[in-house]
Amino acid sequence: MHVASLSLTDFRSYPAVELDLEPGATAFVGPNGQGKTNLIEAVGYLATHSSHRVATDAPLVRQGAQRAIIRSVVVKDDRRALIELEINPGRANRARVNRSPVPRPREALGLLRTVLFAPEDLALSKGDPSERRKFLDDLLVARAPRFAGVRADYDRVLKQRNALLRTAATTRIGRRRGSRKQDDDAAFAAAGAGDVMSTLEVWDSHLVRHGAELLAGRLDLVEALRPLAAKAYATLAPSSAPAGLEYRSSAGEDQADDKLSTDVSVLGINREDLAERLRAGLAEVRQAELDRGVTLVGPHRDDLLLTLGDLPARGYASHGESWSFALALRLAAYDLLRSDGGDPVLILDDVFAELDDQRRRRLTDIVAPAEQVLITAAVPDDVPAQLAGSRFDVTEGSVLRVR
Amino acid sequence: MYEGVVQNLIDELGLLPGVGPKSAQRIAFHLLAAEPADVKRLAHALLEVKEKVRFCRICGNVAAEAECRICRDQRRDPQVICVVEESKDVVAIEKTREFRGRYHVLGGAISPIDGVGPDDLKIRELMARLADGQVTELILATDPNLEGEATATYLARLVKPLGLKVTRLASGLPVGGDLEYADEVTLGRAFEGRRLLDV
Ligand SMILES: Nc1ncnc2c1ncn2[C@@H]1O[C@H](COP(=O)(O)OP(=O)(O)O)[C@@H](O)[C@H]1O
Ligand SMILES: [Mg+2]
Ligand SMILES: [Zn+2]
Repeated sequence: MHVASLSLTDFRSYPAVELDLEPGATAFVGPNGQGKTNLIEAVGYLATHSSHRVATDAPLVRQGAQRAIIRSVVVKDDRRALIELEINPGRANRARVNRSPVPRPREALGLLRTVLFAPEDLALSKGDPSERRKFLDDLLVARAPRFAGVRADYDRVLKQRNALLRTAATTRIGRRRGSRKQDDDAAFAAAGAGDVMSTLEVWDSHLVRHGAELLAGRLDLVEALRPLAAKAYATLAPSSAPAGLEYRSSAGEDQADDKLSTDVSVLGINREDLAERLRAGLAEVRQAELDRGVTLVGPHRDDLLLTLGDLPARGYASHGESWSFALALRLAAYDLLRSDGGDPVLILDDVFAELDDQRRRRLTDIVAPAEQVLITAAVPDDVPAQLAGSRFDVTEGSVLRVR
Repeated sequence: MYEGVVQNLIDELGLLPGVGPKSAQRIAFHLLAAEPADVKRLAHALLEVKEKVRFCRICGNVAAEAECRICRDQRRDPQVICVVEESKDVVAIEKTREFRGRYHVLGGAISPIDGVGPDDLKIRELMARLADGQVTELILATDPNLEGEATATYLARLVKPLGLKVTRLASGLPVGGDLEYADEVTLGRAFEGRRLLDV
């Protein structure tokens, strides 16, 4: 697939900009701080409904504006779709497809698929588990948009459950203040504790249901990614130890078989088994959860462990190896999406400048055949010759086609 | 902490559902800055709604008298109770003409984020209605979103020992939504195809 046009209104530094794009490689070139990344960030946002740079939407809206709008025509197998997305920080976004509003923005997901490489990716190998969870979940949604719903439901259940755990300790005080009933105050307070526990069981069952679905999706994904990431890593860093992926579940961490991925390859990914495991995990930490007021078991506490040979990459890998691993994960995602059908749009934000010659050549060889590659670079020399296609110069917010 | 009367107002506002301490403060200062006539109108509306609108003492639906129209209607099947979150859901379901039983209005759904637990809903009243064994089916028609589902699960577990038939509206309702926004046909169909809830 490819992006045939991009139009922004009040997105980041752009009051208004419109570009026509074509398949093949397109480079956005200009000094730092001029608005190159802003352009490709918009393309990435349209595909995933989240930014690769910030966790909240407010910075995406131009200073002083109320909302930002991204419009784009996406072409897949000769079929054109006009996708429009209105970003409303703090409120629900709105989306239209071919000029018809969709009931919920997430129903516009899946029309455009991208794989974005950026300097921030280093956090995939060096950063917190949340970075890797986001990587997995974003990819999960790109492959099967229904997971956007699973993820949203899980997050909501989690919030509710955490709120309940937090109030558990203060139930009695809150209740007296809230109800002002003199009559059965004592009975009320006594019922309070049981009340919390019985509702907690309800939230447990919902957490387990949505959690098991998310977990099953992630495990399935990790199985598919593992050989692709290993292959990509070996290509980028042929002399390094082999790269491996292991899914670490927060459920049953103390058990000897803490490698859930190993379990699963034996058992097959059975949602009932996973649910049972989550249920058991929650039971184990019940008291700690009540003490601390947070949910301690579930996909939101899991990690994707990256290994090089027998060592974990995090904390052990060199800077170069960490970079190669991050790139390998993105390349594996690209491979996977491609094998599902429909070449995703590749976006390379300031990536080549960070690489040595060898890795730069290898990455170029892999990405060159893609249907569309969007590249940002500070100077023309940072764009490999093999990827010389269209070029826009970006200076002080103006975007001019020079080739 | 602010001066006595202002803090009073903030405290009172903070008791409202969905109003946290920050919002309570914002509303209080908004009212302080507002025209006296506007504030009077608001105060009047608050008092009037308390004086004139009542809730059915049986089912919790809004009513003009002590009991609502549906509870007084002898033709309605007393063996089936449909549990909904709000009075507006009663209106939506009545429009479908699919249901001839009685209602029970909970007054919301379980939502810890909003500080709403089972005791804040009319659940004890529901249990009292089920005590005499006349009711044979309970239809849980809470909203098809997470809070509605959780409330349905909670109720299904609570009444399990009573051995009634407990059903939930069929899927097909827009998930994540609000019962009142479902169109009549969809809602009617969801009623017809309700399924047994097993917890
Ligand atoms: N919400 C916003 N409103 C206005 N300007 C913004 C906003 N967000 C970022 N900018 C501006 O965009 C510029 C950065 O653009 P960016 O695309 O990251 O640069 P680069 O060309 O280096 O990739 C900065 O000058 C920044 O001030
Ligand atoms: Mg940049
Ligand atoms: Zn009534």
